[in-house]
Amino acid sequence: MLGIIWVFIILLSCLYAFLTGNINQVSEGFFAGASGCVEFVLKVGAFMVLWQGILLVAQKSGLSQKLSKLLGPLISFLFKDVKKESTEANLIANNISANMLGLSNAATPSGIEAMKELSKKSKNGIATDDMCLFAVINTASMQLVPSTLIAMRVSHGSQNAGEILIPVWIVSFLTLVFAICVCKLFSKRGEKKWHK
Amino acid sequence: MAQVGVLCVPLMIFVIIGYGYIKGINVFSVFKDGCSEGVKSVYGIFPSLFALFIAVSVFRASGLVEFISHLLSPVCEFLHFPPELLPFALLRPVSGSGSLALASDIFTSCGTDSFTGRCASVMMASTETTLYVAAVYFGASKTKNIRHSLKCGLLADLFSMIMSIIVCSWYF
Repeated sequence: MLGIIWVFIILLSCLYAFLTGNINQVSEGFFAGASGCVEFVLKVGAFMVLWQGILLVAQKSGLSQKLSKLLGPLISFLFKDVKKESTEANLIANNISANMLGLSNAATPSGIEAMKELSKKSKNGIATDDMCLFAVINTASMQLVPSTLIAMRVSHGSQNAGEILIPVWIVSFLTLVFAICVCKLFSKRGEKKWHK
Repeated sequence: MAQVGVLCVPLMIFVIIGYGYIKGINVFSVFKDGCSEGVKSVYGIFPSLFALFIAVSVFRASGLVEFISHLLSPVCEFLHFPPELLPFALLRPVSGSGSLALASDIFTSCGTDSFTGRCASVMMASTETTLYVAAVYFGASKTKNIRHSLKCGLLADLFSMIMSIIVCSWYF
């Protein structure tokens, strides 16, 4: 999908530039993009490395496990077929708490394990309500401190890189609530269709 | 209120390092392990970032962006949607690296502290790459029929784009 978009952007841009006589800017654009990316990686990538270091400390010291314990009641409230203290409940809690801290490297493996556990209850490869909900929750961001974004803002000379945090929290929270509600609504509608 | 944002990163680092020290783990060596993982993940995303930065840069240099923005500006004006954000909003659910490249481009051309820059920031941070997440999770669990998952994920993305603009206009 992205591969096709990429090819078309390059082809269309070159074609448009030929037609409008912008070809000099385009040839500069290739180099500007390449060096822009290297610059980006040096500045923002450096911060990503720092943050991963800090987050591994949070993981190894047991701080992120503490967070996942707090999530237990919420998970059994949202996922109707997941029992308290079960394997899948723990995996889902690990996934969500890792996402909240921005540990995407730790969130993906536990998320995949959780999905495999949840899929044991599915039939014929049809996703269950809980699987859909879990995927939808993961597509909405729950990150408390968007570290990469803040680093990007700093590197682009923002006067106050952290000013976006409160709007980010508001929007993330509303989106998460919206996503859960829409998913529950679709599940209800689908019940007749899939469970006959 | 703005102070919260400034304090957040140092405070989180302070709490995490402090907690690790109290718990008696070797904070320095764990930090280094994390950094080497970090280097690997930056290394891992570099090729796709590189490809997409070039595409964004060429796309902009060709003048095609202005042309498309110009075509869509009546629609954007009607919706009070900054036209520069449209490509970003469309790419956000599809590609993480692509939206990083576009956000970086928006920050350069409009500034981080402009309305457009702030909206792009909030959009960037308040959703995930929906298609990627769905592909990874359902691929790993060998699910053939994902039912309403993708629909809900994309609806949530649309909702978050709209909310980003509303909340940014209200907050700033």
